[in-house]
Amino acid sequence: MINYIFGIFIVLGVVYSFISGNINAVNDSLITSGDTAISMIIKMIPLLCLWLGIMKIAEESGLIKKISSLLSKFIHLLFPELKKNSNSISYIATSIAMNMLGLGNAATPFSLKAMKSMQEDNSNKAVASRSMITFLVINTASVTIIPTTIISIRSLNNSGNPTEIIPACIITTFLSCFLALVFDRIFYYVWRKN
Amino acid sequence: MQAIIIPFIVLFVILYGFFKKVDLYEFFLNGVREGLFMALKIFPTIFAMTVCINIVIKSNIINDIVNFISPFFNYLKFPSELVTLSIMRPISGNSSLIIMDNLFKTYGPDSFIGRAASIIQGSSDTTLYIIGLYFSTVGIKKIKYSLIVGLLADLTAVVISIMVVRWWFY
Repeated sequence: MINYIFGIFIVLGVVYSFISGNINAVNDSLITSGDTAISMIIKMIPLLCLWLGIMKIAEESGLIKKISSLLSKFIHLLFPELKKNSNSISYIATSIAMNMLGLGNAATPFSLKAMKSMQEDNSNKAVASRSMITFLVINTASVTIIPTTIISIRSLNNSGNPTEIIPACIITTFLSCFLALVFDRIFYYVWRKN
Repeated sequence: MQAIIIPFIVLFVILYGFFKKVDLYEFFLNGVREGLFMALKIFPTIFAMTVCINIVIKSNIINDIVNFISPFFNYLKFPSELVTLSIMRPISGNSSLIIMDNLFKTYGPDSFIGRAASIIQGSSDTTLYIIGLYFSTVGIKKIKYSLIVGLLADLTAVVISIMVVRWWFY
């Protein structure tokens, strides 16, 4: 699937820009997207190093197992396939908590760690497991309580009340996340039948 | 409030490790090493996604399609100004932030469009990037129904955003 998206995006972009006479912009973007990718990874490396370092300590001291067993019941409602006391539970929980607090960048290392941990329990390493999909659905639905970036752009644009969107944002984000989880369940059962 | 959270988590983990007599420094270094390898592992994905997403955005095809179909959205009473933002949101975080900023400059952040744009931006995420990055990091090839559900969730978030803004502010 990702294979098709990659191919289609490039073919569509190049062919369309050729027809519409926009090929210069695409040429520029081909040359400069490397810069964007490099600066993205450069910004991510310190976060990955810091959080994976801290998480290693938490793992060795038994803290991860402790958090997992505390949240096990609750997380099981959403992820019925996860084993009890699995490290995945802690990583999933911390990733969601970080996202909720609007620390999106800090959440990435935990999310990647959660994926890695779920992959260890995955029976077929090439196929996405049910838990992975549920986790990604929660991630893409982005349950944010404090949308920091948006608030700061609003105040840069002289909003009379930059934070007035917070309650509406919370209502929307929880409603849409709930519906996303419903879709996830429906698709899981429909997919399994076929 | 946010400035306290991260130092507090770090302090808590270190104190817990101290209490359990863990070799803190040694394991921290191990984790940092793992972080470096992980960065190396996710870089090809980030690079590939940036290239293909940038090409589509720079070719203007999305803008042109939106202009072409905007009468249809007007007919549905869906503000056509928000269509580009809604389509761009799951594809690119940066581009959708720029679009939101432009909408603020044109209509004002406290207008209906400005508020709706804020909520759309806040209640969904870059689905395509997340699915591409997370799955290829662990080597998943078959992503099953995840992209369909992710995009369906984004569409739902847009519809709910408009409804909530109408109900909450007006």
